[in-house]
Amino acid sequence: MWRKLFAVSEQDQILNEVTSSEYKYGFFTEIESDKIPPGLNEDIVRLISAKKNEPEWMTKWRLDAYRVWVAMAEPEWANVHYKKPDFQSISYYSAPVKRQINSLDELDPELLKTFEKLGISLNEQKRLSGVAMDIVVDSVSVATTFKKTLAEKGIIFCSMSEAIQEHPELIKKYLGTVVPQTDNFYAALNSAVFTDGSFCYIPKGVRCPMELSTYFRINESGTGQFERTLVVADAGSFVSYLEGCTAPQRDENQLHAAVVELVAMDDAEIKYSTVQNWFPGDAEGKGGVFNFVTKRGICERNAKISWTQVETGSAVTWKYPSCILKGDNSVGEFYSVAVTNHYQQADTGTKMIHLGKNTKSTIVSKGISAGHSHNSYRGLVRMGPRAANARNFSQCDSLLMGDRCGAHTFPYIEVKHPTARMEHEATTSKIGEDQIFYCQQRGLGMEEAIALIVNGYCKDVLNQLPMEFAVEAQKLLAISLEGSVG
Amino acid sequence: MIEIVNLHASVDGQPILKGINLRIDAGEVHAIMGPNGSGKSTLSNVIAGREDYEITQGDILFQGESILERAPEERAHLGLFLSFQYPVEIPGVTVSNFIKTALNESKKARGEEPLDASTMLKKMREKMDLLEMDKGFLSRSLNEGFSGGEKKRNEIFQMAMLEPKLAILDETDSGLDIDALRIVANGVNALRSPENSFMIITHYQRLLDHIIPDHVHVLFQGKIVKSGDKNLALELEERGYDWIKKEQA
Repeated sequence: MWRKLFAVSEQDQILNEVTSSEYKYGFFTEIESDKIPPGLNEDIVRLISAKKNEPEWMTKWRLDAYRVWVAMAEPEWANVHYKKPDFQSISYYSAPVKRQINSLDELDPELLKTFEKLGISLNEQKRLSGVAMDIVVDSVSVATTFKKTLAEKGIIFCSMSEAIQEHPELIKKYLGTVVPQTDNFYAALNSAVFTDGSFCYIPKGVRCPMELSTYFRINESGTGQFERTLVVADAGSFVSYLEGCTAPQRDENQLHAAVVELVAMDDAEIKYSTVQNWFPGDAEGKGGVFNFVTKRGICERNAKISWTQVETGSAVTWKYPSCILKGDNSVGEFYSVAVTNHYQQADTGTKMIHLGKNTKSTIVSKGISAGHSHNSYRGLVRMGPRAANARNFSQCDSLLMGDRCGAHTFPYIEVKHPTARMEHEATTSKIGEDQIFYCQQRGLGMEEAIALIVNGYCKDVLNQLPMEFAVEAQKLLAISLEGSVG
Repeated sequence: MIEIVNLHASVDGQPILKGINLRIDAGEVHAIMGPNGSGKSTLSNVIAGREDYEITQGDILFQGESILERAPEERAHLGLFLSFQYPVEIPGVTVSNFIKTALNESKKARGEEPLDASTMLKKMREKMDLLEMDKGFLSRSLNEGFSGGEKKRNEIFQMAMLEPKLAILDETDSGLDIDALRIVANGVNALRSPENSFMIITHYQRLLDHIIPDHVHVLFQGKIVKSGDKNLALELEERGYDWIKKEQA
């Protein structure tokens, strides 16, 4: 008798509390910006390239991508439903007017306030955390800290625009090698119009002494954000890269189509962590960011790439951070927490492509669905004909809150070598009334109980995050799921 | 400490408790016995504030005040503890994190300062020694993969940490072997004081060999039909419940 589920009225009450939570980053900063008129054609692509004083080869690279994109159709296979963006009504370039920053004091005070609201005061970051940040606000990187310390080790960490000017040989060599312009609709679009992003190069044998961090934020209304990130870890090097994202609250949907490429050479290791809380739309499902991202890394011999993501935002998410395990003995990891609430939709997962011998991959995906949301895990594990002794372990768990949301799992498995082995575990659970009552009996309120249970459920993933990110991620989980917190 | 007055409770319109009267004073240990389905677990859940039950009549006074309108966590903050018959698993939440959160939430509610990490750890070690628990216990996920005995010991551990005024032990002895039973009983006895009280729900006499009750009550068909001292438990052990059922028929 004590196993009976919540009475309907109480469930409604909890759902109400949960779904009434408002987006905490919904503010808009008045910054003078240089924005080009909406629309997309070859001239716009040339204009973007010209605004950025790009060399001829880069302009051509963009135009090649544009021509591919024009002929492509927007993909429809994902388990998400949305009104397709009108690509001719988006402005593809928006840059804050003041630039050329030599120190933080020269930053637009409005922008600094924005950072403060985001809780990422640069000074604070500089002084306390030893995190070097390359900040992308509306497509142009305005401040890069710690550059000097990094330069001493030969590490390059700068905006993509700067890299195109200063390190063309590296960009020419690696850009588009992991995610080609032709890869998919959004990757092609990004290749044509990307405005900025981050570039990072770690020389041979160097262990990057600090976490490298980028904060993305969409500010201007009606702009798309198309960053391009490229991380190259040369042989035997190590880097941990953090990416955090927020966007102001608006009625209309904003498009975010980023491309991230990781190159891990022999014996190198890249750890890439993301905490994403783009505006998810309001409780009625209005507004929010469309997040269509292509993230992929390639591992050479004995290399390792580890993706960790905590995704709480965006109205629609379409994202599969992947690893191509090309070299023998290379390792790919994917740890993910995806939370959907209100009317959010997420179709996310990973691809592990095992090409080399003795390659190993681990997938741990934790989905949490609340409100009217839909949360899908989509993952591909492919073991090629040369992938002797390849191993994969996949664990996909779904947690449901309330009875109006959905969780879906789409695992794809292709194994072409007889010695390859893979394991797949999947569970679906509901936060039980028993668990909540147990916590309450020990003195925890309903919301503390839910936060505790959810954090426990996500622990395997949160443990992979660097400390300060893990704390932020826990807070975000609480904000995303609890109505009255904060 | 607690006074239950003419308590009637039902589930889905089905009456389970049909007029319970019970008073437990500070420093007393009461045992509630009775056959399966007599309402013992319902009584403990209703006192703890579980939502599934409808109180149709009567009242529960805790330290002189009605707690019927209080949320389960508020009752916990007042000093009410329930050792669950079936403790739930909470994957990924360690025993130490759970207890720390629980203890500090109660302290916060009472306007007290939270315990700092070293005091907390010291207190945990002390209580674990009392219950002969392994140190590795603290870092395990709450009740996940615990044996029946470990789960029950963990309940008593939490009780020892939270130091409640009234602890209700719902069939804490079930699933315990003789050694575990003795350890749990020692834990309970160590906490007995003139200030706090226990309500021990059990089917069997054996726990009461270790924790000597001041009063024993027999619950049958939602009512307390017989009360006595520890000898009543011995009599039940010897004769079973049939004679009580016959008396009530």
